[in-house]
Amino acid sequence: MPRPPAVELDGIAKKFGEVVALKSVSLGVGEGEFVCFLGPSGCGKTTLLRVIAGLERQNAGAVRMAGRDVSRLTPSERNYGIVFQSYALFPNLTVARNVAYGLETRRVPRAEIERRVDELLDLVHLRAHKERYPAQLSGGEQQRVALARALAPSPSLLLLDEPLSALDARVRQALRVEIKALQRRLGITTVMVTHDQEEALTMADRIVVMNHGVVEQIGSPFEIYTEPSSLFVARFVGHMNFIPATACERPGWVRVGSVELRHRPGPTPPAGTRLTLAIRPEEILIGLAARDGENRIVTRVCAMQFLGAFTRLGLALPGDTGPTLECDVAVNALAEVGAREGAELALVLKPQALRLFSDGG
Amino acid sequence: MAVLRADREAAAIPEGVVRHRLDGETALRYLLTGLFGLFLYLFVLYPMAKVLWRSLLDNDGAFVGLANYARYFSTPAIAASVTNSLYVSVVAMVVTVCLAYVYAYALTRTPMPGRGVFRVVAMLPIFAPSLVQGIAFVYIFGNNGIWTRLTDINIGVYGAKGIIMAEVFYCFPHAMLILIAALTATDARLYDAAAALGASRLKTFATVTLPGVKYGLMSACFVVFTLVITDFGAPKVIGGKFSVMATEIYNQVVGQQNFTMGATVSVVLLVPALVAFVVDRLIQRRQYALVSSSAKPLEPRKNPLAEWSLFAYCFLIAASIAAIYLVILVVSLVERWPYRLSLTLKHYAFDTVGGYSPLLNSVYVSALTAVVGTAIAFIGAYLVEKWRTRAGAPLYALSLLPVSIPGMVLGLAYIFTFNVSGSILNRLYGTLAILVISNLIHYFTVPFLTATTSLKQMDAEFENVGASMGVPFYKTFWRVTVPIALPSIIAISMYLFLNAMVTLSAVVFLVAPGTELAAVAVLLMDDAGDTAQAAAMSVLIIAVGLMVRFVYWGLMRGVTRRTQAWTATAVAADQVTMMGTGSLK
Repeated sequence: MPRPPAVELDGIAKKFGEVVALKSVSLGVGEGEFVCFLGPSGCGKTTLLRVIAGLERQNAGAVRMAGRDVSRLTPSERNYGIVFQSYALFPNLTVARNVAYGLETRRVPRAEIERRVDELLDLVHLRAHKERYPAQLSGGEQQRVALARALAPSPSLLLLDEPLSALDARVRQALRVEIKALQRRLGITTVMVTHDQEEALTMADRIVVMNHGVVEQIGSPFEIYTEPSSLFVARFVGHMNFIPATACERPGWVRVGSVELRHRPGPTPPAGTRLTLAIRPEEILIGLAARDGENRIVTRVCAMQFLGAFTRLGLALPGDTGPTLECDVAVNALAEVGAREGAELALVLKPQALRLFSDGG
Repeated sequence: MAVLRADREAAAIPEGVVRHRLDGETALRYLLTGLFGLFLYLFVLYPMAKVLWRSLLDNDGAFVGLANYARYFSTPAIAASVTNSLYVSVVAMVVTVCLAYVYAYALTRTPMPGRGVFRVVAMLPIFAPSLVQGIAFVYIFGNNGIWTRLTDINIGVYGAKGIIMAEVFYCFPHAMLILIAALTATDARLYDAAAALGASRLKTFATVTLPGVKYGLMSACFVVFTLVITDFGAPKVIGGKFSVMATEIYNQVVGQQNFTMGATVSVVLLVPALVAFVVDRLIQRRQYALVSSSAKPLEPRKNPLAEWSLFAYCFLIAASIAAIYLVILVVSLVERWPYRLSLTLKHYAFDTVGGYSPLLNSVYVSALTAVVGTAIAFIGAYLVEKWRTRAGAPLYALSLLPVSIPGMVLGLAYIFTFNVSGSILNRLYGTLAILVISNLIHYFTVPFLTATTSLKQMDAEFENVGASMGVPFYKTFWRVTVPIALPSIIAISMYLFLNAMVTLSAVVFLVAPGTELAAVAVLLMDDAGDTAQAAAMSVLIIAVGLMVRFVYWGLMRGVTRRTQAWTATAVAADQVTMMGTGSLK
């Protein structure tokens, strides 16, 4: 018999007055898995996390942990550690006492507590700051204390509510790696809420993309990035070009302005349907690769944006005045391609990369 | 369409939530909330309903509808108390706020020397019962007053004139504190902008200064108005035959044993106090958004002429205030003012009121009020603020109600509630406990609001963090919430202690043989003609108040030093809150 998932949500629905926050959300989190709830603000991801934690009571549905229904258990009976967006570190207690907080009520001998505190502070590299107060630490250090505090009682589940959003970009990047490594090492089941798609892509084993209280897509970061199941996911995750198109008589082809393009094989909508093509900037072929091939079009460079390692070109399709497509070109390839404002540029949109979405969603 | 769809979606989700199992902690929370509700019901709502009901009965207990009110307004001698009350309150309000505004302006907007001393001296009236000012003015301007004897001009201090003078001094620090807060909370950038746009001084005053302190001015007006109209001490001592509502209640109840008319006047007195309170709340709510966090404090500018005239003004006011307490002190220490001025301590014997027991009772009652009141206000605010249950809103409203109940009305309500033979509540009557309860209800609102504010400033997730680690909420409360709120807690207890020391109106009906209080003793001795002893008792009340204030200052310093490691701003912010709203009574 397969082991039940560490966390299982079954038809969770939640409303605040007449505002619906969650509409029947069901999903499972495997043991030791790192799952991210990703979505824009107001999509219900934090509410969902708080339902798991028992800090919010759902109107319908069940929460199960390792097969046991915990829906009616209070937060303190559910056995998880949590890190809030604000960290909620106790300002009047030292770092060591903060980390020891959950241990001190459990009749753990004092020496044992000290040992565990040291162990956890070593884990987050903060042993030297043991006797400091939270206000004397940097944002990133506070974040790590909150993490150590949540992990101290050895919970079976770790919940992270936008844990990195209050930090500046550089610290955030470093902590992503650190938290992920820590999670791997401890093998603790983790659910993290974030609105930052890059964060979700780099940290999660699986991503749950949410919008308006429903799950849009569940998949590995690779799946979510390469195979977005809806226009919303395509828009929200990564950078994507969207080209308005209409379906042709010929199955597998669509019309964009004056040209016809072949798209990735899939269901064929009736001719004349308004559609949206989607292709990522890095999937557009230019230069040598675009000398010939299917879906070859000639565009005009109408904007160039220097972004350091690469330059983002704004390209106008034949007949268009403004840029419809954006394409990233590495610095050293720029001259080779001959891109400058006003110049013409041939490119190939490989059919395999041209995803097709109906305009409804 | 979209709205319709959303409605249908909401309707598809069940109304109720999946309830958590009732564990010990939750049960404890319900129990505490229930006790808090019972406390407020028993000592606020029920007594007030009793007064209201009693005003609809005749003296034999038969229901007479509004007949008492008709009689009240048709008996000229009693009805005059309404217009008299309104008259002295409005005049005292205008005079006090004008004087205090200039004073506060000088203290906050100029680099004038001696600001610290001026501020401290102006605070003195806070430490004295309101009747002390009245006694002092009798000694100065009364028929045998020093001014009357020296100049042979009798200004006729007994009556409206004397009440207004006494009330102006009594209310001055309350108005000053509010206006200082309003004048401090301004944005220097607005003045820079006005200057850059070439606005004249007058124009700047009209377009920047005045709108900025508008709410503070209104708040000060309401506070002073409420203080005066509900005050009993000053009109009692210096009012002579000029009857106001508070003294009318006293006369009806103590003088004529006419409890019915006492209740009727009480209900009428509730109206202006309640209106002032509601309007003030509405104004305060709008005031919060006024100063943004990016505001820059205003640096006082040099202007020697204005500075020196303001200095002279402040000196005059501070000297007058100091003179009042000097008179009280001197009177208490000389043989027989103003005939024999040799020093003596004989007035400190208090032989007519049983020696020092009223003072000791007062200190005991005040200390109990401080401890018990702080605990109830803080825990009550915690229950309301942290667990947003359905009981929260009514509990909050009931906690705000006491600030609009005049002390005389509360005292009378407690007679109706606790002086009922055969009732279990009767056991409280005539004890020190009922004095503690009436004090802490009388002054409950400001501590409750201060505690609420300090709890709101804390991270909302503290309890949730604790819960996630299986730590019960009361442990987190004790280990985290209380230590963080310690400055507020100390401020609340000082507020309760000082007010309980000086209050007269809420306890004058409730003292019994053996439970006399110092402020009541001042009243009794003054009534009996032992004014020198009354002055001596006043001196001791003020001395105790100053001592406590000093202890408070020391405690606050200690706490600040200890907590400096983890907070830098919390203490100062709390004190401002305390003082800003602290003078509503």
